[in-house]
Amino acid sequence: MAKITLDRIKHSYLAKPDDPDDWALKEVDEVWEDGTAYALLGPSGCGKTTLLNIISGLITPTHGRVLFNNDDVTNTPTTERHIAQVFQFPVVYDTMTVQENLAFPLRNRGVDKDKIKTRVHEIAKMLDLSEMLSRRASGLTADGKQKISLARGLVRDDVNVIMFDEPLTVIDPHLKWLLRSKLKELHQSVGVTMIYVTHDQTEALTFADRVVVLHEGTVVQIGTPVELFEEPQHTFVGHFIGSPGMNFLPCDIIDGVASFAGNTIETATQQLPEVRPESLEVGVRPEFIHFDQKGFPVKIDKVDDLGRYQLVQTQHQGHSIKIVLNEGEEIPSENPCIVFDPKYTRLYADGWVIN
Amino acid sequence: MNKTPNPKAWLFVIPVVVLVAFNALIPLMTVVNYSVQETFGDNVFFWEGMKWFEEVLRSERFHESFLRQIAFTGMILVIEIPLGIAIALAMPRKGPWVSVCLVLMALPLLIPWNVVGAMWNIFALPDIGLLGRMINGLGIDYNFTQQPVSAWSTTVLMDVWHWTSLVVLLSYAGLSAIPDAYYQAAKIDGANAWAVFRFIQLPKMKRVLTIAILLRFMDSFMIYTEPFVLTGGGPGNTTTFLSIDLVKIALGQFDLGPAAAMSLIYFLIVLLVSWIFYTLMMRGEEN
Repeated sequence: MAKITLDRIKHSYLAKPDDPDDWALKEVDEVWEDGTAYALLGPSGCGKTTLLNIISGLITPTHGRVLFNNDDVTNTPTTERHIAQVFQFPVVYDTMTVQENLAFPLRNRGVDKDKIKTRVHEIAKMLDLSEMLSRRASGLTADGKQKISLARGLVRDDVNVIMFDEPLTVIDPHLKWLLRSKLKELHQSVGVTMIYVTHDQTEALTFADRVVVLHEGTVVQIGTPVELFEEPQHTFVGHFIGSPGMNFLPCDIIDGVASFAGNTIETATQQLPEVRPESLEVGVRPEFIHFDQKGFPVKIDKVDDLGRYQLVQTQHQGHSIKIVLNEGEEIPSENPCIVFDPKYTRLYADGWVIN
Repeated sequence: MNKTPNPKAWLFVIPVVVLVAFNALIPLMTVVNYSVQETFGDNVFFWEGMKWFEEVLRSERFHESFLRQIAFTGMILVIEIPLGIAIALAMPRKGPWVSVCLVLMALPLLIPWNVVGAMWNIFALPDIGLLGRMINGLGIDYNFTQQPVSAWSTTVLMDVWHWTSLVVLLSYAGLSAIPDAYYQAAKIDGANAWAVFRFIQLPKMKRVLTIAILLRFMDSFMIYTEPFVLTGGGPGNTTTFLSIDLVKIALGQFDLGPAAAMSLIYFLIVLLVSWIFYTLMMRGEEN
């Protein structure tokens, strides 16, 4: 188990990067605590797999250092980093039985036979694999194979970190849920540092203690799922997390107060800039808007009843605003007006929140 | 499911039936026809029953060329399969050298068989051939036209040169199909190069290797042109393999009956061995 320090990591796949777009990872400078479950969340091409491969040692970063418990491992090969990884597509050794698969990492490290046996049985029990130990690994279903990949990591007691690279991609939807809760449960009982790469916000938010949101090679926010929801530090986090995403509206500063299309907006942002910076926006989640006659008028375009909640699409002077209301909450039929909850309304300049 | 029988469907099968009949069934039946009869020309035939088959199976000559054939095919497989795998493993997986290697590997396969035989014949001639002169220059007495050992090693070497590429290309295709994640997982599991080969590469190559072994078995078992051009079956009968012997009997001595019986036995052996081998490999797959 280990604390992982990413010391000013930058990486480019090109030999001579000069344009900012040449960098797959722009600059990551983070310390990840021991025993915590992290999720790397972001769309395809945001750099999350690059970051994962840097930690596992499959890629050496162009700049910066990787430290495990204060030991510099930047140039240490994968084999000596004591990590485990579960890949997107299940990797099992086809010709071996489940038991041999689980024993393989220990056998390669010359652990003695009795210890291998007890350890394999222990882990198999933990992952509900005990009954299939003598079966050929190639005949298992995708979720069984992913469990074997995970088990090969868990059998070793020297593992610094277990990494998951979108491990549920090939699993049936109803089994995804089961395997996800199994992972969470395992993390709580084993307490090893885990890093989980995904582009699925549900997976990230249910699995992780802390979610790392990546956007175009930059870490835009690290936080608990609640923090990401309530206090997005970047417009990307607002868009990417939550369904539907956050509302962002153009904004001005008039007489020291924020104003959207001539309507004064109360926000949680303490210090407003004196003048309007470039691309100033006000952001509020659809969940934190409600109908109230004290607010400004909107035109209702469409109401979708989605069961547990209703999605109301409205507009004000051509700007569309989405609102989420609880099931059964009333929607005014005449002169609908809305207000933003000031506690959850923030100002953003060039994408970043203003503090 | 209720299926309506539609006799017209047979019309669509006719072209294939005609094709198969003319290129396989009718020629084969002609051979069967010769194998059970005696002829003295002018289309006069006498029924002989199983006589030719018994004669062939009892003949010393058939036994000898059959053993020679087995020895040759065995040597070919033992050399070409491991060598092919080794070369495929050593070939680059990425970069500009991939196409260079693939083209170089494919070259021997593009040369007509009799040209291969003629090339090696000249190449290995002890007095004027490059290879022959070199070996003799090293102080080894080498003359493939006179010494059985030299003739055999030249024939085997020629076949290895000509056909190892096929094994290489098939193995390389099998290796390229292994996702990177397997190698990464093996690294993480601390596997050494041998374990990677034994537990990842070899199992993943199993299907293509089955095909490679099957093709090399059938081709080498039926080899004719190259040794015929190289050694003509000699010195003596030392490199007279089944095909060469068969042609000698059929066209040299014009013994059509025994030749036909021998062809059928020959054909059944190839069919039987291929079938057994394929079934065994595929049964392993299911378990």
